[in-house]
This record gives sequence, structure tokens and C-alpha cells, in this order.
Amino acid sequence: MRRQSAKPKWTELAVGSAIDVPGSARYYKTGDWRSSRPVWNSEHCIRCGVCVIFCPEGCVLFQPDGYPNADLDYCKGCGICLHECPTGCIRMVEEED
Amino acid sequence: METRTGMEASIAIAEAVCLCDADIVAAYPITPQTHIVEHLSELVADGKLHANFVPVESEHSAMSVCCGTSAVGARTYTATASQGLALMHEILFIAPALRLPIVMSVANRSLSGPISIWNDHSDVMAERDIGWVQIFAENAQQALDLTIWAFRLAEDRRVSLPVMVNFDGFILSHTIEPVLMPDKETVQAYLPPFEPLLRLDVDAPVSMGPVGIPDIYTETHHVQQVLLTDAYGPIVETLDAFGKHFGREYKPVETYRADDAEVLLLTMGALGETAMEAVDLRRERGQKVGLLRLRLWRPFPFEDLYRAVGRRPVLGVMDRAISYGGPYGPVASEIKAAFYHREQRPRVVEFVAGLGGRDVPISDFDTMFDALFDTLETGRVPEPRLVGLRE
Repeated sequence: MRRQSAKPKWTELAVGSAIDVPGSARYYKTGDWRSSRPVWNSEHCIRCGVCVIFCPEGCVLFQPDGYPNADLDYCKGCGICLHECPTGCIRMVEEED
Repeated sequence: METRTGMEASIAIAEAVCLCDADIVAAYPITPQTHIVEHLSELVADGKLHANFVPVESEHSAMSVCCGTSAVGARTYTATASQGLALMHEILFIAPALRLPIVMSVANRSLSGPISIWNDHSDVMAERDIGWVQIFAENAQQALDLTIWAFRLAEDRRVSLPVMVNFDGFILSHTIEPVLMPDKETVQAYLPPFEPLLRLDVDAPVSMGPVGIPDIYTETHHVQQVLLTDAYGPIVETLDAFGKHFGREYKPVETYRADDAEVLLLTMGALGETAMEAVDLRRERGQKVGLLRLRLWRPFPFEDLYRAVGRRPVLGVMDRAISYGGPYGPVASEIKAAFYHREQRPRVVEFVAGLGGRDVPISDFDTMFDALFDTLETGRVPEPRLVGLRE
């Protein structure tokens, strides 16, 4: 499976700039668009899964400890999880750089 | 085997598309292109052309269908003119970016307003930068031949770009002329089956036309510039192959009695035929005038132009459209730009003629030749002139 570099030279582009590797969007880490990230307070989280369902990226998942968290490779910091959370246990933290 | 017959240019183009075995025709009828589409729908209905005829609801849809069908590997044809070409505008850029070898005839017609169904080149000049190969026919035989050639070039895997064959509305599209119609075997020997570079295929999935983020867009556009520029080689090669196969030669820039000419006039499209008559009449009076007919518009044939003009001091350019408030004639401005850095460059005298179906008789060419000789004598270049303007 060929994986295109994130910044290909013009000679390295596929014919018609087509994407010939199915599912390759996952190689493009969109998380660096983010200016703030969601942080869960597990003391108030009831593990209802509303944030998991509403995350438009599908990047909020239940972790091995039983609580949800965001995959920061893809989380764009949209805050929908915070908006939908029924207990208010999510807050947004500014990214430093 | 070829048949000599009298045929309207539009019908000849439709017959050429039939000989090329197009798989898909998606088109919307618009004057003066209508006869092509009408005849193609008859050829499909009569079972002579085994194509899917898609009667779309607009030209925007026509070009969208063409992109889709070409992407699955179908030999795709459409035709339009004027407002129809303008309505295709946003989709026209997508076909070359996706390397889709669509062939389109454009029966050149003026753009509104005021509403005009008649001939000039304002439609194609507004689509100069769409990234298509663009070529001009001057008579019915050329319109037929260049349609066949267009499929061959478009589908050449080194090129894989859409091709637009321009032919003047009414003065050519509706004119009955003698043509030599080749037979199917001869065409098939010239035009191999379509083997696309890339196609939508459920067994080998690809995404065509994804977003081009700022990190990619620049590179994709350099690719388009290089591809269209480099198409020049295959263009000359496939035109030469056409000449050997069918016995009719085509060049990116054609000349007429230009070898010993003191002044040259450059035309594009069907009025080149009238211009040749005008040249003959001047030659009978002993005046050394010559003609350049710019056949290939994109990619622009710089070297052919330099060779054709040579060291001649005066070159007239007859445009069929105006770039308002700017450099006036769009073709003339490109010709001047082409010569700007050359040490040997002609004085370029600009004319615009034949707007919105206004006749351009021999007397108008005489006016232009007189102006060229005046520049030859005095060295003065007049302001661009709208030939035939009542003032």
C-alpha cells in the first residue's frame, strides 16, 4: 500500500491528484487544526456516552479505564462534546503553542 | 475508403463522433450547435451509434455528466456554444484537473447582452484559462477531421486531457460544403480503443476530485501547466499521424502565401477562408500580403508563431472578441506578449471584426491590409480598431 507523503513534490502527485489508497484519510492528522482540547473530569462523568456519539470526528472513544477521552491526533477542538455533555464534566483547555 | 459528399458542417461533426464510437453523448441543444446534438440523437435512436444519449436539463449538467462518464472510462462527447459554454464554466476546470479526456465541439457564438445568437469568439475567449486543449477549424472538412483527431489526442495516455474543437457558429456550422467522409475501418485504425489512465472501479477504489489543501494545490496547478504545455509534442505527432493516415495535413499555425509577404495578417477560425480570398485579390494587384491562421490556441504554439512571422516587420491580428477596458483584442494581447522578450519582433496592429455575426467582407480585409501597409511605411502603430464600426 503506497502512502503519499504529506508534502509531495509536484512530480510525486498521483494522476489527476486522485486518492488511490482507500481509507488513507486517517494518515492525515487533522488534530493540529485544534486551538483547545476537551478534558474530562472523571469524578463527574457518568459514562453515558453522549460525547462518544456526538463527536463529529468519531475520535471520542471509551478508554480501557471505562471513561471517554479524545484521540488528539484527530480532535479539532470543536467543543460539541462539551456542549452535549449532560453533567458538564468536560471543559476546554487552550493549547499552549 | 472515403465518400465525397455535400454535408452541413454540424452534421459532419456528428457523423465523425459516430465514426469514433462515442460511448456517451451528454448535451443540451443550443443555437448554433443544435444540429450536432439533433443528428447524434437520431444516430443513437436509429441504432447507428451504440451510445448512451443523456438528454440533460442544462449545460452545467451536461459537463457534469461528461466528467462522471469519462471518469468511469467511457468515451465521452458533448457540444455547446455561447451561453451554454458559459453555464458549463465552473465544471470546465474540473475535467483537466481530473485528467478526463472529454471531447467537446463549440459552435462559437457571441455572449449576451444584448442577446445574440450569431458568431464571434467571445464565448471561447472567456474560457481561455480552463486548462483544455483548444483548437480552431476553418471549414467543414477540418471540423470533421479535428473531431476525430480530438479523441485520439485526448485519450493519448501522455496527454489525457479534454479537447475543445472550436468552429464558427452559422458561418461554418450551418454551411453545406463538400467533405470527404472516411469509413469506419480507417477511423478505427487511427483511433485505438479508449484505455483510461485512471477510472472509477469498484474493484480498485479511487477517490477522484478530493480537496486540495494549501499544501497540495500549488503542486496540482503546476502539474496542469506542465501537462498542457507538454501536450504540444503529442499534438504535432497525432496531427502528423492524421496527415499520413487520412492525407490531410494540419499544423498548429498554418500559413497562406506568407513566404515572401511584406505584411502578415493573423486570423483564427472560418474567416481565414475569406481572408485567403482577400490575400489572392491583393496579390493580383502585386501587393505582397500573407496570412497566418492560428489553429492551436491552447497550448499556445509559441515556436510555430516565431517561425511563421520570421523577420517580417508588421503583423496584423484580427480578433473576434474584446477584452473590455484592458488590452482590447485577447488574441493580439497574447501575440504581443509572446514577442515581448524577442529581439526580432513585429509591430502588431490590432483589429477586432465580426462581432455578434457582423459580416466581414473582402472590403474589411482591404481596410486591414491598408492599415498594415501604412504601418510598414510610417512605422506608426495605430490604436486598436473595431473594423466596420459606424461612427
